[in-house]
Amino acid sequence: MAENLIKPENLVYDKTKVLTDRVLHYCPGCGHSTTHRMLAEAIDELGIQGETIGIAPVGCSVLAYYYFDVDMTEAAHGRAPAVATGIKRVLPDKYVFTYQGDGDLAAIGTAETIHACNRGENFLIVFINNGIYGMTGGQMAPTTLENMKSTTSPRGRDVKTMGSPLKISELVASLPGTYYVARHSVHTPANARKTKRAFKKALEYQKEKKGTCLIEVVSNCPSNWKMTPIESNKWMEENMFPFYSLGDIKAPK
Amino acid sequence: MKELRLMKGNEALAEAAIRAGADAYFGYPITPQSEIIEYLMAQNTEERTGMAVLQAESEIAAINMVYGAAGCGKKAITSSSSPGISLKQEGLSYIAGAELPCVVVNITRGGPGLGTIQPSQSDYFQAVKGGGHGDYKLIVLAPATVQETVDYVKLAFDLAFKYRNPVMILSDGIIGQMMEKVELFEQIPRSDKEYDWATLGKKPGKDHVIITSLQLQPEEQEKVNLRLQEKYREVEKNEVRYEAYNTEDAEYMFVAYGSCGRITQKAMEMAREKGYKAGLIRPQTLYPFPVEIINKVAGQVKRILTVEMNTGQMVEDVRLAVGGKIPVDYYGRFGGMIPSPDEILNAFEQKGG
Repeated sequence: MAENLIKPENLVYDKTKVLTDRVLHYCPGCGHSTTHRMLAEAIDELGIQGETIGIAPVGCSVLAYYYFDVDMTEAAHGRAPAVATGIKRVLPDKYVFTYQGDGDLAAIGTAETIHACNRGENFLIVFINNGIYGMTGGQMAPTTLENMKSTTSPRGRDVKTMGSPLKISELVASLPGTYYVARHSVHTPANARKTKRAFKKALEYQKEKKGTCLIEVVSNCPSNWKMTPIESNKWMEENMFPFYSLGDIKAPK
Repeated sequence: MKELRLMKGNEALAEAAIRAGADAYFGYPITPQSEIIEYLMAQNTEERTGMAVLQAESEIAAINMVYGAAGCGKKAITSSSSPGISLKQEGLSYIAGAELPCVVVNITRGGPGLGTIQPSQSDYFQAVKGGGHGDYKLIVLAPATVQETVDYVKLAFDLAFKYRNPVMILSDGIIGQMMEKVELFEQIPRSDKEYDWATLGKKPGKDHVIITSLQLQPEEQEKVNLRLQEKYREVEKNEVRYEAYNTEDAEYMFVAYGSCGRITQKAMEMAREKGYKAGLIRPQTLYPFPVEIINKVAGQVKRILTVEMNTGQMVEDVRLAVGGKIPVDYYGRFGGMIPSPDEILNAFEQKGG
C-alpha cells in the first residue's frame, strides 16, 4: 500500500478520507470523478465530514452515495432540491449539498431547482452540465447545444422544434434567494482547483446561512459524445465554453 | 391537560399534528383541505413547538421534502386531496422503498381527473393497494369523526415509526369540513431521538448512513421485497382496527368506513327499527383490512351490503374476506354525492334485506 512506501514527510498529496475506497463506476476521463474528489476535498479541508448530508440524483451520479463518505440520501429524479429542503428545515445547522446532472436538475427537476433557489434554501447545489443524458445512453438534455447530435437529436438539436439550450446558472442567478452562482470545469488541474475553491466558499456561505449556492461544472461525456477523453475535453473547450462561459455569475461583493 | 374544543376537522387535524410533536409539515393548497396548512401557519408553529411548516411549490416537492425530513428520523407530515395525492405517489413509493416513516393525509374528493371538490371515497384502491409503482403498502387509517381524526394523527406517527412505513389517513371532505366537539390530547414534546438509520451526519467510527430505494441486483431487490412483505404480515397481525355494531344476533351485515360508516350506522338502526336483525362493521384500518371479523360474520349472517361513496371498491376486499360463503352486495353514491340513510335502507331492502 502507498502509505507503506512513502514516508509521511514526503507525502504531498493523498486520497481524501471523505471519499470511500469503493471503485468509481464512471467512464474513463469523465468529469464526475474529479468533481467528486474536489467536493470531497472541500468537505475534508473544512472539517465538516460529520456534519454534512448529501443528496444523490438519478442519472450517472445516482450511486454518488457509495463514494462520498458522508450521510447520503438518494432522491427521485429531479427532486433533490426538495429533499434537501426537507433535510435543511429540520436540521438547519448541518451542511447539505445536492449533486445533480443536467437532465435531473434542468429538465425534470426545474421546478424544484428554481423554487429552492427562490426560497434561498441554505444548501449547495452541484450541477454537472455535460449537455447530454449519460446514464440512459446519450439522449438530448435541456443543455444540449444547438446542432449538437444526440440519440434523440440525431441530425443535431434543432432549436426551432427542440428548444434552445437552457442556461440554468444565469436563470437562478437572477433570483434574490441565490447568494453565489459560478460556473467552472475540472478538465485541467488549474480548473479543478478553482472548482474546489468555489465549493469551499459555497459551504462557508452555507454556514453563514447566506442563501442558495449553485456551482455548475461544465463537464464532458466521452462515452456519449463518442470521443476519447482528450478529444472530449478539447471539444468542450471549443464548443461548450463559448456558450457556457466559465467564472462567477453571481458573487458576493 | 386534555382539552375539549369545537373544531373543524381539518383544523383539528392540524392541531393534532402540532400536539403529536411533529417536526415538519410540507404541503400545497388544494380544496377541501387547505385549512390544514392555513391553521399551521396561523399557529406560528416555529415559535410554539419548533415545528417547521412550509408551503411547497408542488405536491411533488412537498412529498419529497417529507422524504428528506423523514430520512433524518423526524416526524414529517403532508396533506392533500385526491388529485394532489396522485402527484405524491412517486414520493410515497420511494419513501416506502427506503422504509422511512411519515404521515400523509388525503381529504378525498370526487374523481377521476380534477373531479369535484365534494366528499368522496373514490381513492380507496389507490390508498390500500399501494398507489405508486412497485410492491408496497401504506398503513391506511379511516376516521369517521373529528375525534378519530385527531386520535389517528397520533396513532399514525406511532405506527409510521413502529414499522418505518408511510401511514395514510384516508378521510374525506365531510370529516375535513364539519365541526364537532373534540377532546385534544396533551402536547407531546418533539423528540430529539437520533435513529441509527437516519442521516444526521456521519458518526466517528460508524459507517455513513445511506438512504436509498435503489438495488442494482435483482437478487437484492427480491430480498427487499421479501423483507417488506414480512413487515406487512406483521402489520396485518397486529394493527387491524374496526368497530362492530350489533354483530351478536345479526342476520344481515353492513360494511362501511369513514363518513359513510356513520351514515350507514343510522341506516342500520333504521333497519333494526323495521325488524331486520342488522349489524355494521366499520373498518378503522383499511390496510390492514379486518378480514378475520368479516369472514367470521359471513358464517353467521345471510347477506352483506357494502356501502361506499365510490362505484364499488372496498366491496372487492369484503368479497375476498367472505370467500364466497354468502352474497356480498354493494350500494354507493359517488362523484361528490353523499347517500342518505333512507337511500341506504331502501337499497338494503331492495337487495332482499
